[in-house]
Amino acid sequence: MKEYKTITQIAGPLVFVEKTDPIGYGELVQLKLPDGTIKNGQVLDTSDNLVVVQVFEGTSGIDRESRVKFLGETIKLGVSKEMLGRILNGAGKPIDGGPEIIPEKRIDINGAAINPYSRASPADFIQTGVSTIDATNTLVRGQKLPIFSGSGLPHNEIALQIARQAKVVGQDVNFVVIFAAMGITNEEAQYFMRDFEQTGALERSVVFLNLADDPAVERLVTPRMALTTAEYLAFEKDMHVLVILTDMTNYCESLREIGAAREEIPGRRGYPGYMYTDLAMIYERAGMIKGKKGSITQIPILTMIGDDITHPIPDLTGYITEGQIVLNRELHRKGIYPPIDVLPSLSRLMNLGIGKGKTREDHKNTSDQLYAGYAEGRDLRGLVAIVGEEALSERDKRFLKFAAEFENKFVRQKRDEDRSITETLTLGWKLFTIFPKNELTRISGELKEKYYKEEKMKI
Amino acid sequence: MANNTKKQIFSMNKVNRENGKIFRIAGPVVIAQNLQARMYDVVRVGNEKLMGEVIQIEGEKVTIQVYEDTSGIKPGEPVTNTGLPLSVELGPGLLTSIYDGIQRPLQVLQKEMGDFIKRGVDAPGLDHKKKWEFKPLIKVGQQVKHGDIIGEVEETPTINHRVLVPADVSGKVKEIKAGKYTVDETVCIVDSGQDNLHKIQLMQRWPVRIPRKSRKKLSPSIPLITGQRVFDVFFPLAKGGVAAIPGPFGAGKTVSQQQLAKWSDADIVVYIGCGERGNEMTEVLTEFPHMIDPKTGKSLMNRTVLIANTSNMPVAAREASVYTGITIAEYYRDMGYNVALMADSTSRWAEAMREISSRLEEMPGEEGYPAYLSTKLAQFYERAGRVIPLGTDETGSISIIGAVSPPGGDFSEPVTQNTLRVTKCFWALDAKLAQRRHFPSINWLTSYSLYPETLAPWFTEHIAPDWTDSVRTCMIILQEEEKLLEIVQLVGSDSLPEKQQLTLEVARMIRELILQQNAYNEVDTYCEPKKSYMLIKIVLKYSELANKALERGFKVAEILKLKAKDGIAEAKFNKDHKKMLNDIKKEMEKEFSNLKR
Repeated sequence: MKEYKTITQIAGPLVFVEKTDPIGYGELVQLKLPDGTIKNGQVLDTSDNLVVVQVFEGTSGIDRESRVKFLGETIKLGVSKEMLGRILNGAGKPIDGGPEIIPEKRIDINGAAINPYSRASPADFIQTGVSTIDATNTLVRGQKLPIFSGSGLPHNEIALQIARQAKVVGQDVNFVVIFAAMGITNEEAQYFMRDFEQTGALERSVVFLNLADDPAVERLVTPRMALTTAEYLAFEKDMHVLVILTDMTNYCESLREIGAAREEIPGRRGYPGYMYTDLAMIYERAGMIKGKKGSITQIPILTMIGDDITHPIPDLTGYITEGQIVLNRELHRKGIYPPIDVLPSLSRLMNLGIGKGKTREDHKNTSDQLYAGYAEGRDLRGLVAIVGEEALSERDKRFLKFAAEFENKFVRQKRDEDRSITETLTLGWKLFTIFPKNELTRISGELKEKYYKEEKMKI
Repeated sequence: MANNTKKQIFSMNKVNRENGKIFRIAGPVVIAQNLQARMYDVVRVGNEKLMGEVIQIEGEKVTIQVYEDTSGIKPGEPVTNTGLPLSVELGPGLLTSIYDGIQRPLQVLQKEMGDFIKRGVDAPGLDHKKKWEFKPLIKVGQQVKHGDIIGEVEETPTINHRVLVPADVSGKVKEIKAGKYTVDETVCIVDSGQDNLHKIQLMQRWPVRIPRKSRKKLSPSIPLITGQRVFDVFFPLAKGGVAAIPGPFGAGKTVSQQQLAKWSDADIVVYIGCGERGNEMTEVLTEFPHMIDPKTGKSLMNRTVLIANTSNMPVAAREASVYTGITIAEYYRDMGYNVALMADSTSRWAEAMREISSRLEEMPGEEGYPAYLSTKLAQFYERAGRVIPLGTDETGSISIIGAVSPPGGDFSEPVTQNTLRVTKCFWALDAKLAQRRHFPSINWLTSYSLYPETLAPWFTEHIAPDWTDSVRTCMIILQEEEKLLEIVQLVGSDSLPEKQQLTLEVARMIRELILQQNAYNEVDTYCEPKKSYMLIKIVLKYSELANKALERGFKVAEILKLKAKDGIAEAKFNKDHKKMLNDIKKEMEKEFSNLKR
C-alpha cells in the first residue's frame, strides 16, 4: 500500500492531500506522524487532484512531513458475540484491559436503511417500571424514544433505571444493553460503569466510551459503531437490544465543528444543513424486521441547550424519533424523581402496544384521563396565582388536588422502584377517586363501572 | 401540446453515449469529466452503475446527483449516460404498489437485496411479466391523438385503468384487439400516414420533471370531502386545490395526513412519505390494506400508490420522490379521475434541495435554502388543479395536501412562507391543542381556506341551504370565546355576564362535539358532511333555546343543569346518530319548555 507525503494544508480536523492515486469516497485513512504516532481518519471529499481527510483523533502534531496511507476500505467494525461485557473506546478499541476482540464479521459502520417494506410494526409493550413512561408514554419494542433533558437534570439515572428494569411482560428474555457515550465527562462515565458493575448488567452490555477529552471527530463514529453492533446482535443473533446514546447534543456539536472546518454553508444556528439526514441515519437504525426475532429499541438522550425545545437539536430529533420524554426543571426543583413532564411528552407508537391482551383494557382511557386531569390542574395553578385558591369552584379545587397528588404519588417514585403496569394503572384509579364518577369524561362507562367501584370500595 | 416539450422528451432517445470519468466525489454529488450530457439526463456512475442525474454542466465538468450511497467510489471510474431524463413507467400495476423515490418497487428490492437497501440494483416500476385483460373502447379506422382513451384494463377491483395514447402518436387505428397482454406487448397499432406505424403498449414513460399537459384548467368548484369535520366544515379544500398543513412535531401532522389519505373522496390517492420515519411507513403499509373504502366497500389499497423514501434513504432520491408522485397523479388525472396527493413532508424535500445545493456550493438564500426554493415549490403546487384532460370530457383533478415541518414550530421560516404564497388552504396544526389532546389539533383561529365562497353553491345544493350561514355562526362564537377566555384568565369565569357564560358553554360544545374528532374511533373516524351539518344544527339549536331561556329570566346555572345535550357526544360515536340526534333535539325542546321558576 502506497504512502504519501503530499499534505498541502491542515485546518481544524481536516488534512488535504495532493497527487494521489484514485482514492475512494469514505475510505479509511492512516496517518503516521514523524514521531511514530498513528492517527486515523476518513476521506470526506476526493478528486483527481485533492483528497480531504477528516482525522478522528484531532490534527495536533500532524505536520507536512507526516505520511498518509489510504486503506482502501470504508470504516468497518469487527463484531462478535464476545463483545458482550466489554468496554470499548469511541473508536471500538477495548479499554478494559481485556484481550482484543476476535471478529466474526466485519461490517461497514454506516449501515444501510431498512427497507420500509421489510419492517415489522412494533407492538410489544416494554415495561420500564416507571409509571410516567408505562402509563402515558408507553415504550414499545423497536421504538426510538429520546429523553429531552437539560443540564443538571437526572437523565442518566432515568436511563439507567430503564436499562435495569426494562422487560417485556410474560417473556423471560432480558434486553442486551448497548451504551454509547459521546463527550460525557469522566465522572459521568464512572457513574455509569459503577452502576453497570454493581447490578451485574455489564455482562449483557457493550459499552462504547468517547469522553469529553477524546477527539470530537471520534464522536461522529461512536454511535455508528454502537448501532452496527446492535444490528449484528439483533438481526443476526436474535437478541433484543436496547441502545442508549448519550449525549446527542455533544454529537451535534461535533457535527457543527466539522462542518465549520470544511467551510460549509451553515444552516440554523450554525449547524450543517444536512443535520436532519445525518441524525436520521442514526435514529432510523431502530426497529424490527419481519421474520427476524431480534429488535433494536433506542433511547437517545440529549440535553436541550437553555432548556429550549425549539433548538435545532431537540427539534430535528423530535421530527425523526417516535415521540419524546421531556424532563422538567420545575419538578426537579420540587424534589420529584423522575422529573418527567407528561404534558409535552409523547409516544407515537403507544397505541400499538397497549390495550386488552397487551397491557390492560383500560390503559388508553386511563392514560387519557390522567393526562386531561393533570393538564387542567396545571392550568388552574396559573389562575390560583392570580385570584387565590378560595375563588375556585369545588370542581376546580378537585383538579388542583389531583394535579398535586399526581405529581407526588404517580410521578414520584424511588430510583429502584419497579412498578408493574397493573400497579401503575391501579395507582391511576386510586387518584381518580378524587373526582366524582361523572367528571371522568375520558373513560367509558363500562370501565368506570369495573375499576372505579373497586377503588372506591377500598376507601 | 407544445411541440417543444414533445421534442424535449422524445428527441432524447438518440444521444452520443461516450463514457465519461469521475473527477470528484463529495457525498451524493459527483463531478464527471468528458461526459456528453444534457441537463437532467440519467447517468450510471462508477463500476457499480449507481443511478444519478445531471444537475449542472460547467465546461468539461458535469455535476451529477447520485441516488445511492457513494462510499468507496473512486475518481477515474466510468460514468455512462443513458441519454434519457429521469422518468417513470406508467401503466397498470401502479396501484397497490409501494415505491422508493425513484419508482423502484420496495417489494422487488427486498427480494433482490434483502431487508436492507443496498446499492446498484435496478428494478422496473411495473411488473413486466403480469398479463392484463385489455378491453378496447375504440374501433379500427377511428382517428386518435395524444391522450385519447383506447381501452381499459381492470387494474384493481375498484379502478379501471384507462389506456391512453402516448405523446408522440396520432393517426388512424389500424389494429386493436382484446386479450391478455403484458405491459410491453402491443395492444394497438396506429397508422399516422406515410407508412409510419406506431405500436401502443399498456405502458408508457414520462419524464418526471415535465408536467403532463391537459386541454383546459377549470376553476375548483367541488369540495374534496375528507370526512374530517374541521376541514369539511370550516376550512374546506376543493377538488384540484392545494392545502398546506404546517405543524411542529407531535402536533399530529402525520395522523392528519393519514386520515386524509384514508377517507377523502378521491378516486386515487398518491401518498408520498418523503424523508419521514420508517416505522410510520410500515404503519401505513400494514393498515391500508385492512381499511375499507366507505364508497366501494373494498380495501383502500386498491386506489392507493405509496412512495416511501424514509429519512435515512438517499437524499437525492428524496428530492426526486415528489416528482415521481405528482407524475403518477397526473397520469390518473388524465384518465378522468380525481386524485388526492399527500406529501409528507415537503420540508424534507426542501431540505434535500438545500443539501444538494450546498454541495454544489451555490450561493444560498434564506436560512441556507437555495434561492430557487420558492420557484420549485410553486412549480410543484401548480401541477395541481381540476382539468379537462386531452382525451376525455370527464374532468380530472389533482388536489395536493402538503405537510410542512417548520423547525421549532416557527411559521416564519422560508419553506412555510413560500408554501403559503401558493396554497389556498392553510391548516395550522397547534402543539398546544395536541397537548390538550384536542384532535385533530387544527387551530381554528389561525387556519384559513379561500375556497368556501367558490364551494358555497355546492354545499347549498348538496347539503343544506343554510350551510354557509350555520358555519359562519359557529365561527363567530368561537372567535368570541377566544376574547372571553382572555378575560376569564384574569378574573375567573364566574364574574362574566350570564350571556357570555352561555357563549363559553356553546363554544365548548362546538369544540368538543364538532372540531374534535377521534381518528381511532370506528364511527367517528369518518364523518360525512350531512352528519356534520346535523351536529352543527343541534348545537346551534341548543344555543338558541338557551339564549331564549336566559331572556325569559332563567340563570345560566339552571340552564347548564339540563341533561339532554349530554347525549350528543354519545350520538356522535353511534352509527344510528340520525335518530339519536332527533330524539335529543325533541328532548331538549321539552326540557326548555318545562323550565320553571
